[in-house]
Amino acid sequence: MVKFFGKPVYKGIAVGPVLVMKKGDEQVKRSKIENPEEEIRKVDQAVEMAQEQLQKLYDKAVTEVGETSAAIFEVHQMMLEDEDYLDAIYNIIRTETVNAEYAVAVTGDNFSEMFAGMDDEYMKARAADVKDISNRLIQCLGGGDENDFAFREPSIVLAEDLSPSETVQMDKNKILAFVTVHGSANSHTSILARMMNIPALIGVPMDLDKIQNGMKAVVDGFQGEVILEPNEFACREAENKIAKEQEKLRLLQDLKGKDNVTKSGKKINVYANIGGVGDVGYVLENDAGGIGLFRSEFLYLGREDFPSEEEQLQAYRQVLQTMGERKVIIRTLDIGADKQVDYFNLGKEENPALGYRAIRICLKQPDIFKTQLRALFRASVHGNLSIMYPMITSTEEVQRIYEIVEEVKQELEAEQILFKLPEQGIMIETPAAVMVSDELAQMVDFFSVGTNDLTQYTLAVDRQNEKLDDFYNPHHKAILRMIQMVIDNAHKYGKWAGICGELGADLELTEEFVKMGIDELSVSPSMILQLRRRIRELDV
Amino acid sequence: MKAFEYTIKDELGIHARPAGMLVKECKKYQSNITISKDGKTVEATKLMAVMGMAVKCRQTVKIQIDGPDEETAYQGIKAFFEGNL
Repeated sequence: MVKFFGKPVYKGIAVGPVLVMKKGDEQVKRSKIENPEEEIRKVDQAVEMAQEQLQKLYDKAVTEVGETSAAIFEVHQMMLEDEDYLDAIYNIIRTETVNAEYAVAVTGDNFSEMFAGMDDEYMKARAADVKDISNRLIQCLGGGDENDFAFREPSIVLAEDLSPSETVQMDKNKILAFVTVHGSANSHTSILARMMNIPALIGVPMDLDKIQNGMKAVVDGFQGEVILEPNEFACREAENKIAKEQEKLRLLQDLKGKDNVTKSGKKINVYANIGGVGDVGYVLENDAGGIGLFRSEFLYLGREDFPSEEEQLQAYRQVLQTMGERKVIIRTLDIGADKQVDYFNLGKEENPALGYRAIRICLKQPDIFKTQLRALFRASVHGNLSIMYPMITSTEEVQRIYEIVEEVKQELEAEQILFKLPEQGIMIETPAAVMVSDELAQMVDFFSVGTNDLTQYTLAVDRQNEKLDDFYNPHHKAILRMIQMVIDNAHKYGKWAGICGELGADLELTEEFVKMGIDELSVSPSMILQLRRRIRELDV
Repeated sequence: MKAFEYTIKDELGIHARPAGMLVKECKKYQSNITISKDGKTVEATKLMAVMGMAVKCRQTVKIQIDGPDEETAYQGIKAFFEGNL
């Protein structure tokens, strides 16, 4: 048993025999020719043949993976019409009196090097496209036999790298997974794998020459792991995971498009909690109704300096556009306590959970806050955005926030920048906020209860202290009564209330929450389907 | 000669597919059409050259059109930028 690790570009598990894809003999020989014009005619014929192949591939890709992903073959067709590319080939043939294959290979290398050298990840990935069309031309020059990707049995495909052409030509029903030694997350192979819903790993450091066809392997797209010749335990584990995935798919099929209503007709919004743009895929995959808690900290963590307004705008906009009409609730910066960032220079605290964190930083250092608000308001025009403020304890804080919001609004108006004020809510995670929730409800659009912090503050139990685990009881009546109070006060003023803490995913409490009148539950994507099933079973 | 400047709004910049569409649009006209950025100028009918400029979001390009049908080309290409980029 040998394990390799790589970067997963599509989740999923596969078990099966491997098939190593070796590129055909790519060594193109250079030979002198007599008649350059004859060679050029050959090139033109090959271009025509390649164009026809690409048209067929385009048609195949449109039906199999959709128009957006298929567009790459349209681009390939256009690249093949490119005057500079063709002129370069003709020139080499004429000036060096060499064979067409050689001229194409050299030109392909030159152009792909140009792209590879560019200071832009997207354009770098285009080097593979130039290689792909050049290889296609060379194949066509040799008579046009395309590689035969017919497999006998469903297999895990291992390759150095796969070109979009190769990926689409394969029989989809016979591919269990893709594993490549090279490749980037921007490459079309990755995109196609995602569209085809098969596990795919890139950047796996394997020596393909040492691997034989038919060897058994497990590809785990969750862990980013390939196991060659797995032992019995690893196989069993993989099969369990596959069974779990299938159960999920079955649930999904049952629930897709159905409302989350109890038997007595009460509708509950089930949203997802996520911590980064990359998680949006899981939200959609699990058919969540929206995003109930988008932690914006990911933008601030793991870097040297504050993220710019533009950077934030791009991230928010991407999420909003991907989510379409579904609601996205972004929580403003919640740094401090257990999430420290060097460049904030927060300093060490005796008691960080009760310290300088979240909205407190934003109110004390409004420049940081304003940058985020500007990005959020600007992104808001691209989808269904709500924002919420963490760690609120008083109406004065909300008042102060609104003053800053007003300043931001006026600035954007003065600069004539397009924006839309999103719905604004607050997190209820301090006992103080619970106690004044009747007043807060008149100021904001919604409440979202953060049960983790609310429990720690209410029970005076430090979440980080393992010795206190026995005392940390989120089912404590004090917490449940507080949640009831928050919901009642929200409803009194026509506002909605939800839960975005871990308690929201506690299926033992779902019935009670629904009885209390909760409007929304936001949970981790992996809990969405189970929670939806639970809600539909309830008769309250 | 007609010319205009345009600041790219598409998040991905002039990436492969729109570059292809732009080239297609420009090939419709007889006029000589160029696209420039930061002092570098390429013919707008050459896909790889256009892609090679790696025009990103919020960068400004200048389009120059010179030839017998420059008036219609100007209208068509301007509309293309506004609608797609």
